[in-house]
Amino acid sequence: MIESVVFSLLNGVLYGMLLFMLASGLTLIFGMMGVLNFAHASFYMLGAYCAYSISQVLGFWGALVIAPIIVGLLGALTERVGLRNVHKHGHVAELLFTFGLVYVIDELVILVWGQLPVDYRIPEALDFTLFSLYGSDFPAYRGFILFMAVAMFVAIYLLLVRTRVGMIIRASLSHPDMVGALGHNVPRIFTFVFAFGTGLAGLAGVMAGNYFITEPGMAFAMGPIVFVVVVLGGLGSLGGALVASLIIGLVTTFAVGMNYSIADMLASAGIAFGQDSVLGINLSRFGPMLPYLLMVLILIFRPRGLMGSRES
Amino acid sequence: MSTSNFPGGAVVRHAAVWIAAIVVIIVMPYVFTSSSSVSMMSQMGVFIVFALSYNMLLGEAGMLSFGHAVYFGLGGFLTLHAIRAVNDDVWSFPLELMPLVGGLGGLAFGVIFGSVSTRRAGVTFAMITLGIGAMVEASANMFTNFFGGESGVSGNRVTEVTLLPFSYGPQIEVYYLIGAWTIVAALLMFLLTKTPLGRMANAVRDNPERAQFVGYSTTIARFIQFALSGFFAGIAGGLFAILFEIMTAPNVGLIQSGAVLLMTFIGGLGVFFGPIIGAVLVTYMQIALSGFSEGWILYFGLLFVLMVMYVPNGIAGVIVSHFAPWQAGLAHRFAVPYLLAIVPALLALAGLVTMIEMGYHLSLAYDPSRPIELFGMEITATSVAAWVVAVALFAAGLVALRWVAGRIRQRWGEVNQAMDAQRAKQ
Amino acid sequence: MTDALTLSQVKKRFGPAEIIRGVDLALAPGERHAIIGPNGAGKSTLFNLISGRYPLSSGQVQLHGRRISGLAPHQINRRGLSRSFQITNLFQRMTVFENLRCALLWARGYGYSFWHLVGRQSALNEEAEQHLEKLGLQKRRDVPASLLTYAEQRTLEIGTTIAGGANVILLDEPTAGMSLSERDHAIELIRNVTVDKTLLIVEHDMGVVFDLADRISVLVYGQIIASDEPDQIRGNAEVQKAYLGT
Repeated sequence: MIESVVFSLLNGVLYGMLLFMLASGLTLIFGMMGVLNFAHASFYMLGAYCAYSISQVLGFWGALVIAPIIVGLLGALTERVGLRNVHKHGHVAELLFTFGLVYVIDELVILVWGQLPVDYRIPEALDFTLFSLYGSDFPAYRGFILFMAVAMFVAIYLLLVRTRVGMIIRASLSHPDMVGALGHNVPRIFTFVFAFGTGLAGLAGVMAGNYFITEPGMAFAMGPIVFVVVVLGGLGSLGGALVASLIIGLVTTFAVGMNYSIADMLASAGIAFGQDSVLGINLSRFGPMLPYLLMVLILIFRPRGLMGSRES
Repeated sequence: MSTSNFPGGAVVRHAAVWIAAIVVIIVMPYVFTSSSSVSMMSQMGVFIVFALSYNMLLGEAGMLSFGHAVYFGLGGFLTLHAIRAVNDDVWSFPLELMPLVGGLGGLAFGVIFGSVSTRRAGVTFAMITLGIGAMVEASANMFTNFFGGESGVSGNRVTEVTLLPFSYGPQIEVYYLIGAWTIVAALLMFLLTKTPLGRMANAVRDNPERAQFVGYSTTIARFIQFALSGFFAGIAGGLFAILFEIMTAPNVGLIQSGAVLLMTFIGGLGVFFGPIIGAVLVTYMQIALSGFSEGWILYFGLLFVLMVMYVPNGIAGVIVSHFAPWQAGLAHRFAVPYLLAIVPALLALAGLVTMIEMGYHLSLAYDPSRPIELFGMEITATSVAAWVVAVALFAAGLVALRWVAGRIRQRWGEVNQAMDAQRAKQ
Repeated sequence: MTDALTLSQVKKRFGPAEIIRGVDLALAPGERHAIIGPNGAGKSTLFNLISGRYPLSSGQVQLHGRRISGLAPHQINRRGLSRSFQITNLFQRMTVFENLRCALLWARGYGYSFWHLVGRQSALNEEAEQHLEKLGLQKRRDVPASLLTYAEQRTLEIGTTIAGGANVILLDEPTAGMSLSERDHAIELIRNVTVDKTLLIVEHDMGVVFDLADRISVLVYGQIIASDEPDQIRGNAEVQKAYLGT
């Protein structure tokens, strides 16, 4: 019993940190620009695929550096050519634009790399066992993911709060006209922020693509959950994204591990009740819908999320 | 260029248009006789109703929903379960009225989910609908009795309980059943726009504050509109269930919700018949293209994104924007610029399609070096020359198109000025 | 007789800034009352508080003796208070006629009906036509509101505000941006349509104020420094100081 709790804890935290890496870019983009980037998970997928291609030539470490930059440049291109034109039509149009982008990017990935999963692997340097727990091996690569996720959080926080660039970015959101009047090129700032956010998604893809499978469905698999995380944590709140990622990561992992139903628990206490009803449903089946239930509840009762400062 | 709802409304208001629509529906199978055509037209009918119901939210009330398939799908599932009940002699209800079961189911869920969703507006509302849609799709895995698990729920539409002496086994009979429902549902939804609720839904969309200051609660207006749109979505689901005799979990999910959003937007949000155009066009393209090209989703995505950027009023919006110039006798001014646009557009399109098709061929084909057939020619995807030509065509077409677009914009400016001058004289 | 509109110690704070600092006001039924004051005094905020757009930080607003502070805007409207907006707030895509008809729907009891066809409701349509005539906009009946001239839009704004039959009318700078002849027209219109009603009007144009108002209140830095008949206000030293800054 303790084993399964510990495993669920470790796996849940890992999954949560992976979600955080993706969510951080998304919440930044929203916080800075007011744009909810539907296609965020698609940039994540691009990161994984680019890493695959680059690692064929330059190895994993080369991919780790270059792939996020490429994804960020693609993000900048998207913002410059597409999103910028759509700002003037309002938030709904922005949402629709990024929504359509999902179809385009996901299909372009198939067009370039095909429909089958690609063989993007964990580098040999990290392919060992860090430690053993209750007979199961904890791979070093997982430790690397955790390390990178924490590093990301620290780096973004410092960038935003401690640097001049970060201050300008934060000011641009609430007072773009003033910042523009002070001589800063606000549209360029927005392009930079979008590029930075998508670059972070790309980095998450580099990390996750070889840990999970790199295949065309990965954007659609991650996309909705990342939204849940960002909404739950509070749109625009980095700390909220961290907390929400961990919550969702742990909740879904624990739920999947609970291979029994409420009726089963009652039965083991000697009460025969509810086997044929909702209580008889295996709790692990609730797993997939729990994040969305949480999201809907938060949106109804506390739309600004756990740690957000304003309603979207 | 401001587009007024009015001229389009004048067209649809005439009974003649509705009668013409009925005639078209009756006559179509005699023009397009193959069974695949009849099947496609039946699908068009289903999605016309679905898209019109979606437009009650997005176009009429300004409510962007990412989860409308919930009411479509749940309506369809309920209809199929009802059909199965008749198959098993547990219930007796005529097949012709089965879509009503779907409709009432859609209405019920519209009331339940709508009561929580419509408390919020704008992007928050959109996110709630996304969450509910994903939640319902994920819950399919819990309620396997209702959703039928992996293989879904199926039934037999030949229930032998009917009002009219048809079995509804043959494609053509189902087509006419769907056609009849499409007309009825479309007419009801059209009349709805002429009711106090319909007008206030528009009002809430345009100016929620002003709507409050004429005495209306924006939340309640949107809630009722939401529930009614669920009703019609459920009818569409019921028609879908009858047509395909099977429903699966993805029918309530995000992909299906995305599809109806795409259709409605491409057709045009601001005009009643916009979604009809969208549903017909997208269904046609989906069926026709998916046979020819691996990339039909990519073409859709590109079309959608380009329309969001440059043609946000949709196809119907473009059509309607020409009504005023037509009435003012100025429509001929557009003839030359539009004609000029045809060649560059075709060039750019040809170049783009070639690149996309070659790309897919290289990635997906078993033997990429085998030539593909495109525009009646044989093209080898692996040859550099082919790529150079395609890129050149695309680039040239784009450059020319940008120039023509400038001319078209200029012409519009002139026409608008001329119309303003005419109006001032009145 | 109960006052038509009463404000008791109304205060409004936005964060640390107190914008309205304790306003008391009482309007008798049928009174025409103008609020004037320098820019930034809080006149629009006061309107927003009365009409329910913003919640009060403290204090009370009463309509015919019944409390309306804390109610939603549409509830306040149904109790008989209507307002116009400083920035024209019409249903842009609807025609002039449809704007007026929408303003009548709730008042004539149609509620959220989805079974009546508005085109067939003869009494409703006749009444809308009458309002159209009163506003002098018959020639523009079928023009979308977004295509009207500015003065026509402001006229329609006034029209939609009074159409529903509210008896306490708040007009927020109704003649802003109008030429002199348009302004005179507007004053006539306002006088005609508010015959038996209580009017609270915010205005910068002193000509309008002294022409229309029975009483004037002067709002400076969120407080009313004077509230009296026009002639008294004209001669009030405090008021002059507030406007001229000496």
